[in-house]
Amino acid sequence: MSSIDLTTVRPAVQAIVHAYHGKSTHLLQMLWRVQEKYSYIPELAIDSLAGELNLPRAQIAGVAGFYSFFHQQPRGQYDILFSDNIIEQMQGKVELMAYMLKKLGVQCGQPRPDGRVTVDNTSCIGMSDQGPAILINGHTIARLTKSRIDTIVDLINYQVTLAEWPKEFFEVHSNIQRKHILLGGYFEAGSALQVMLKKGADLSLAELGHSGLRGCGGAGFKTESKWLICRNTPADEHIVICNADEGEPGTFKDRILMQRYADLMFEGMTLCGYIINAKKGFLYLRGEYRFLLESLEAVLDRRRKDGLLGDNILDTPGFSFDIEIHLGAGGYICGAEIALIESIEGNRGIPRRRPPPFPVTQGYLGKPTVVNNVETFALATKVMVDGAERFNTLGTAQSKGTKLISISGDCDRPGIYEFPFGITVREVLEACGAQEVQAVQNSGAAGYCISPEEFDRRLCFEDLNTTGSFMIFNRTRDLMDLVRNFANFFVHESCGFCTPCRVGTSLLQQYIEKFVSGNGNAYDLQEMATLSHLIKTTSHCGLGMTAANYVQDTMKKFPQLYQKRFKSGSSLSPSFDLDAALNEARKLTKRTDASAHL
Amino acid sequence: MTQYDITIDGQKVSFTEGQTIMDAALAAGIYIPHLCHHPEFAPHGSCRVCTVTVNGRNTTACNTRAMPDQVVLNNTKELEATRRAIVQMLFVEGNHLCPGCEKTGNCQLQAIGYYVGMLTPHYTHFYPIRAVDASHPDVAIDFNRCILCELCVRASRDADHKNVFALSGRGLKTHLIVNSPTGKLADTNFAVTDKAAQVCPVGAILHKRQAFVIPIGERLYDRQPINLVGDLAQSNPQGATTHG
Repeated sequence: MSSIDLTTVRPAVQAIVHAYHGKSTHLLQMLWRVQEKYSYIPELAIDSLAGELNLPRAQIAGVAGFYSFFHQQPRGQYDILFSDNIIEQMQGKVELMAYMLKKLGVQCGQPRPDGRVTVDNTSCIGMSDQGPAILINGHTIARLTKSRIDTIVDLINYQVTLAEWPKEFFEVHSNIQRKHILLGGYFEAGSALQVMLKKGADLSLAELGHSGLRGCGGAGFKTESKWLICRNTPADEHIVICNADEGEPGTFKDRILMQRYADLMFEGMTLCGYIINAKKGFLYLRGEYRFLLESLEAVLDRRRKDGLLGDNILDTPGFSFDIEIHLGAGGYICGAEIALIESIEGNRGIPRRRPPPFPVTQGYLGKPTVVNNVETFALATKVMVDGAERFNTLGTAQSKGTKLISISGDCDRPGIYEFPFGITVREVLEACGAQEVQAVQNSGAAGYCISPEEFDRRLCFEDLNTTGSFMIFNRTRDLMDLVRNFANFFVHESCGFCTPCRVGTSLLQQYIEKFVSGNGNAYDLQEMATLSHLIKTTSHCGLGMTAANYVQDTMKKFPQLYQKRFKSGSSLSPSFDLDAALNEARKLTKRTDASAHL
Repeated sequence: MTQYDITIDGQKVSFTEGQTIMDAALAAGIYIPHLCHHPEFAPHGSCRVCTVTVNGRNTTACNTRAMPDQVVLNNTKELEATRRAIVQMLFVEGNHLCPGCEKTGNCQLQAIGYYVGMLTPHYTHFYPIRAVDASHPDVAIDFNRCILCELCVRASRDADHKNVFALSGRGLKTHLIVNSPTGKLADTNFAVTDKAAQVCPVGAILHKRQAFVIPIGERLYDRQPINLVGDLAQSNPQGATTHG
């Protein structure tokens, strides 16, 4: 760690700002560089950044203060974050974390007095098929066990640099269990671009339309329409953004695509660039996937060398397109495209603007912008090489082709499954070897909790929409653990912009804790229903509108979850312990007699 | 300019293209309760108090464009309950102790609390611990009462061109910060005459030595309810004071 005084901080910050050509849109990347140097964002660095970028220091402090991976206080030389998704809790995360804290002699969230290490929690890092998992200085270690922790603790105590740690610790498995049109078959980089150039932009777009491809991020907007609207919006510049901020707990499909199929994604972005006449593309890589950064940059470099990116792509005069990777810094909200664009612009990831206009006509810096998910771009590439027919003959009337499902939790074979749309929940469960299933949480924390009565429903836009996260809970599980985990998740991830989501998610958490401690009652249940409805119907953005889904679903489908926790013999219980509240007064008055108690 | 119509609670209200439902309502003298909205600044939409029902769906009046033939509901029992709950959330989130607050009677949060029939905070108080900034010679900031409406942020940025304020943190930890290395207001170029000093709808930004120039009981909302007199800033540009 470098020492912190203005004479050293200022030149360091100047060099960082210079490396990004002084562009304030790159503020997040600059903050990353600062933190890599100091382990946190020192106040002096904020002052220097403000000076160099000619921005108010409070604006920079506000950005640094928004993202959960940026720290205001020094962290340990080894900064460890445990993925705190419910699936990892089921895999033993809580016990393993306690074990590590004890072995390291460190408090959760507090640096060890010698400054060597910090251990803390973070939201799902996309490893639930191979959890429990941690991030250590941004790098992923999955499949934690006690013995692995023993080794990690030794490595930390002996101050071994990460580069010298056993290579296998940092191996992330793909766990691809079922391939179809997207994951199957060989793809030669550049082949989709060649098809497109032969066809021309109009016919290529028509082919996409014919395929029926819809956005895989959740909303399911027709890809052809999105690209067409963007292309037809006059502007000096158009932009392509690939959303790789898959923050829904339990999802990891985009990770697999970026690990193993990065060319499909980048080529899809390049296709889009040609069709909508964009020269610039961004990949918004979630901070949790920092470990993919070098390999993705290597793919980009190779594509540049091969004439698949840059000027005159495939020797086509005027076809210029390049891609820049924007590394996120922890924030589920940034998966929402308006917040994501704010983040790429160097702002707090808050969905300030309320559409219309949508990003497709007014997006990044006000320019028409296509934002699509990793999977959507990859599929667009496949449609181009394999033809629309291969795609639209699969699936259902409104949902063509296939969908990647990330499966985790109680099953024999967790991992990635590619199924044609229209498959039933039951068929998915059979494929992954799940037995005695009590519930499936579909589409992450913002999604739906599915009970066995619904297992014949079909995964498609017409019936059960899915973003591709499938977390399985067998009959031995207490779903209250899921409820509690999601309550904490939304408290942590609410961006804080609007009142109902900012305050309401914490109020819901209070009610849930009341049930967890066995003090809930029928009135509280009614209050939770009212509050959930309120959050859903008055919040500013999609996060708030879905932040109480898990309460509404579990209350409706698993009412006994709450009822069995009713405080017996009482229809009303106060929200705090009356007698315990008198503790301080008793202490002050030195009273211990019976009448000082309730 | 072409005029179009919407209806608000059955009453025909005209608007011109580009106006929001809030703009149209304010022009027609219809009160839709609001905290983060101020007609001189771009719509914000964070407090959610101006939630109305448009063609059967809830939305905020301040940042929803008026469209021909929209059917808007404003004064309904359901919306009153919704707004009451939102105001209660703001009350329990901060430390709003009206009887001890020098802004009482001149506070829009308090006035809207009365307007929506709020009799109790209903939810459990969060009792956050927030320090007060009294460093500036003429203005004090009591962060305990900040409702994160960003009116001071917007006014300082867009009207005063000083950028004295910003928000930091996330979620429940979102908080107002001051643009100086010390974080203190005294170390900025903030002045009591700034627009940002006049727009706080609650008792967070306070003019020193003006607290009781108008006695309690004779203040704006002591005399008339907010739906009749509107915002503090419009009815009296100097805020709580007569001497500014």
